[in-house]
Amino acid sequence: MRIRLLNTVLPVALLVVLGLCWEASVHFFKIPVYMLPGPWKILEVMWQRMDLLAFHALVTLIEIGLGFLAALVLGLILAILIHSSRILERAFLPLIISSQTVPVFAIAPLLILWFGYGIGSKVVMTAIIVFFPIVINTVEGLKAADPDTLALLKILEATPWQVFFKVRVPQALPFVFSGVKIGVAVSVIGAVIGEWVGAREGLGYLMIHANAQLQVELVFASIFWLSLIGMGLYGIVVVMERVLVPWRGRG
Amino acid sequence: MPLSRLGRAVFFAMGKQTGDPLLQVDGLSKGFCRGRDRLRVLQRVSLDVGEGEFIAIIGPSGCGKSTFFNILAGLISPDEGYILLEDQQVPHIRGRMAYMQQNDLLLPWRNTLDNAILGMEVQGSHKRLARQQARELLKIFGLEGFEDRYPHELSGGMRQRVALMRTILCKKDILLLDEPFGALDAMTRSIMQGWLLKIWGQFGPSVLLVTHDVDEALLLADRIYVMTSRPASIKGTLQMELGRPRKITAAEMVSCKEYLLELLENEIRVAQP
Repeated sequence: MRIRLLNTVLPVALLVVLGLCWEASVHFFKIPVYMLPGPWKILEVMWQRMDLLAFHALVTLIEIGLGFLAALVLGLILAILIHSSRILERAFLPLIISSQTVPVFAIAPLLILWFGYGIGSKVVMTAIIVFFPIVINTVEGLKAADPDTLALLKILEATPWQVFFKVRVPQALPFVFSGVKIGVAVSVIGAVIGEWVGAREGLGYLMIHANAQLQVELVFASIFWLSLIGMGLYGIVVVMERVLVPWRGRG
Repeated sequence: MPLSRLGRAVFFAMGKQTGDPLLQVDGLSKGFCRGRDRLRVLQRVSLDVGEGEFIAIIGPSGCGKSTFFNILAGLISPDEGYILLEDQQVPHIRGRMAYMQQNDLLLPWRNTLDNAILGMEVQGSHKRLARQQARELLKIFGLEGFEDRYPHELSGGMRQRVALMRTILCKKDILLLDEPFGALDAMTRSIMQGWLLKIWGQFGPSVLLVTHDVDEALLLADRIYVMTSRPASIKGTLQMELGRPRKITAAEMVSCKEYLLELLENEIRVAQP
């Protein structure tokens, strides 16, 4: 209990100390606000422009959410197909893996061209980034079933359907969550890159504009919101994992 | 020869069988291709299991006992020989047997109760009814209060008892136990042997137990088959006429053990020249 408390207190304390150092050096070295605002100034802006930031954050959150859900559904379906057929595995897996050599940022302008300035292109962008870790981890998880357990199920005369739902799916769940966690961590990147390249709203759009107008404190405020979104989503996934995979964390 | 010292009161070379046995295995042979060679694993293995009888098979490790079980379970088919179930020839006895091995094979995402009902569930029982039946057995298996625990929260002996419960709840009349307590420490193993006898007495299935442990066979079985090293065949049979619980230090048990060890010793020498 004491150690757990320390684990929360220590990083927070460090953050406060770093913030104080930052604030102090901004004043001490007389750094202009348009170069680097102090944390107090950033908090002030976050409070004053709360509505603006919340609106753009909501847009980005929707993009991430939709892109993430699309990637999850498609990723799980594809992983199950790949698992169920050797031919599909041989056809799909090399392509999926080598597709990762294409830098997703490089195709962002094309996505804008095809899916427009609205949220569509950002959803696709996020989905492309999130898709890969989910597929790879799920395929691995479906393969992870213990051969002795499968033999036991065979002796019990289980149907392939029962084997799939009673053994393979639960066995794969922790792997799926590993993929989802990686996916959540990178999903924010997808949406923001999409907004940088071309958008009318969203935190990425807000940052680009604030930067051009030398409103650096607003840029920082946007970054803060982005990491808040990332951490929040990650937290949701962790909680879901605890509920759905309560047996994880043995040993 | 210790054989002559045993005396008729302790054992008869061939069983006390009355009527036809439940399961007869007749001349089972199996070989596997390894490259160009043919590896003979089982050679004309024959044995009988009476209804409600407790049979033990002992033999040197790697002698092909698992192959034998896999044939009974229908996971592989024999090259020669027959399996007779109630005098009917059958390809395997999968529908009548429940199987348990050294590895408890509990599903880590299921708690005690749900692991215990896996067999029933797969066979189509209603989940709630199965749970209710399992709950009634918790006490007999010494798992009361642990029904909601996950396997990683249980001790090795408890996990084996959950596996045993799952095996019993399949409600089959033949139990194949493949070194079920092989991974447990000596103390736990001896406690588990007591459990097994109790549960066997209560539910009355026929048991076919494979073990390395001569004492385990002597303490538990009605009849003991000794297998040779590969290719495995039945080298000798020992009918135990002693009541239970048995003491491993009793005079008759010691002479039985000497007899079995002598049979086995030759086999180990053959296996490792």
